[in-house]
Amino acid sequence: MSAIVNEHDSAGLWTLAWRRLREDRIAMAALAVVAAFLVMLILSATGLVAADWEDEVGVNYAPPTFVGASAATLAAAGVAAPVPDNPFDPLAADIRALRGEGAATATPRRATLPFGADKWGHDILKKTIRGGETSIIVGLVAALVAVGLGTLFGAISGFFGGIVDDLFNWFYSVFTSIPSILMILTVAAVLQQKGVLTIVLILGLTGWTGPYRLIRAEYMRHKAREYVLAADAIGASSWRKMFAHIFPNVSHVALVQLSILAVGFIKAEVILSFLGFGVPVGVVSWGSMLNEAQNELLLGKWWQLTSAAVAMAVLVTAFSLLADALRDALDPKVK
Amino acid sequence: MPAFILRRLWQMLPTMLGVVLLVFLLFNWVGGDPAYILAGKMSSPEAIANIRRQLGVDEPYYVQLGIFLKQIVTFDFGQSWATGEPVGQVIATRLGPSLTVLVPMTVLETLIGVALALAVAFVRGSLTDRAVMVACTVGMSVSILVYIIVFQYGLAYRLGLFPVQGWGDNFADNLLRYAPLPILIGLAVSIAPTLRLYRSFVLDEVNQDYVRTARAKGLPERRVLWVHVLRNAAIPIITHVMANLPALLIGAFLLERFFGIPGIGREVILAVERSDFPVIKAVTVYVAAATMVFNLLADLLYQAVDPRVQLS
Repeated sequence: MSAIVNEHDSAGLWTLAWRRLREDRIAMAALAVVAAFLVMLILSATGLVAADWEDEVGVNYAPPTFVGASAATLAAAGVAAPVPDNPFDPLAADIRALRGEGAATATPRRATLPFGADKWGHDILKKTIRGGETSIIVGLVAALVAVGLGTLFGAISGFFGGIVDDLFNWFYSVFTSIPSILMILTVAAVLQQKGVLTIVLILGLTGWTGPYRLIRAEYMRHKAREYVLAADAIGASSWRKMFAHIFPNVSHVALVQLSILAVGFIKAEVILSFLGFGVPVGVVSWGSMLNEAQNELLLGKWWQLTSAAVAMAVLVTAFSLLADALRDALDPKVK
Repeated sequence: MPAFILRRLWQMLPTMLGVVLLVFLLFNWVGGDPAYILAGKMSSPEAIANIRRQLGVDEPYYVQLGIFLKQIVTFDFGQSWATGEPVGQVIATRLGPSLTVLVPMTVLETLIGVALALAVAFVRGSLTDRAVMVACTVGMSVSILVYIIVFQYGLAYRLGLFPVQGWGDNFADNLLRYAPLPILIGLAVSIAPTLRLYRSFVLDEVNQDYVRTARAKGLPERRVLWVHVLRNAAIPIITHVMANLPALLIGAFLLERFFGIPGIGREVILAVERSDFPVIKAVTVYVAAATMVFNLLADLLYQAVDPRVQLS
């Protein structure tokens, strides 16, 4: 911690932390991977990439290119022989017209795709990117909600103390005595509606207890420090002391909690969506992909499972390594 | 000791009351009118009024809270909305299968976790240590769903080493035939985080003075770790195991669902899918109570492990 360059130019907490982080090669690699996922997320959210994932570009269950197409998929990729008209079909003329229209616009479906296709012939690669967008956004926003709530409660509780503290502690012990997964399922049962917003709320409203405990402890330590007394002396209001003076000094705790919770929530979203309590029908996430992949595996179509699982494992590994490194860099006392 | 237990039980009351209030608020206020769920799509106003009267939801809130409190104290939550089975019986019959999987799993997980943590701490800082830690991080990042799907497909469906799913009436049959694969998967998922956590507990102890003393008097490193360090690292390990037990009852729901084990976790998932509120309410309240009781048990165990701990 003696990285002071000049007497009048001492490095702040964040500069020091960044310096420590830069020396950690694993952390920088993890940061690069997480950044790559976030760039992909932004590209996908703005529609530059994978906007057309719902196009049925391949044949059903088209295998990945590196595996090669089997005879069955090649046959399916060829133009299917038109079904002969049924002379008794009252809609025969309409169907013929529709078929002509379709033939004019339809592009031939491909027998193989870079990473295969699902049941409907969607490109798995694009689907994984799109699913990642949902999963990561849910994880990040829910973590923001949880850390925001935890910080607010922790700040009020730690700063004011006394009966306010008792009240919030009671609230905390109530929430922690119900296991978090049961809490999530209970809220899911009560809310009765699926949607990305619902799942963000469920995870965010049940996940605030961890950050609350840590932030509260930090505020209790900081509220008697001299800089807070000085702020008090110049007449700063309680809210100003809490959020303009103390918060910047404890924000590193919130940041570390944010990264830890985001990892946990991405995993939780996958499980909830898998069970069918998460994203609604029509929205793809890694969890809903795993749900489809479970049955596909029995047919020997392993590529959807692999791509969703690998994408998630890479992100979560990188994110947790980054969270560990952030904690070490920002809080050097803890080993 | 009895005075300590009594006081701790007394302190649990406000928390328990909070849990009851929270569950009550969620189901009776946020959840909306249950009569519409029960009456189904084709409901007449009379039918709805009838159901409301039976459930007591036409009464004021304080009367409903009283009904709920009475249900908790008498263990009588009425009947499941989905199957008509009494809720008490649902919980009682589902507890056995859950425990058949969970007890062996917890025992094995703790033993393997402690042994590996001490072994890894023995060679701390070495290449082995770092390789194991990286493997743990990677292992933890793969979703539990992937473990279950792949193990079930590979070991049971393709290789036929285990039954794909199922559950019998015979305890020995269940334990030896149906439970091993779920237990194996549960271990595969939980060993990595457990090992990382226990390793940190052990490493907190290895720099203490008593360890240096033990080494100075010439004890072999093995004895220092397995006897001296382990006894001191036992306290956070006990806290972890005890705090996790009630949560595990629910947490194994994915295993129970995939393998068709009629346990508590699967019942909760089914209840959420079918909006079977009495079952969820009962499970939530009792699991919360169990969590608090297990915390108390953990405190009592501390004293058994470490005589210096004073219960006050």
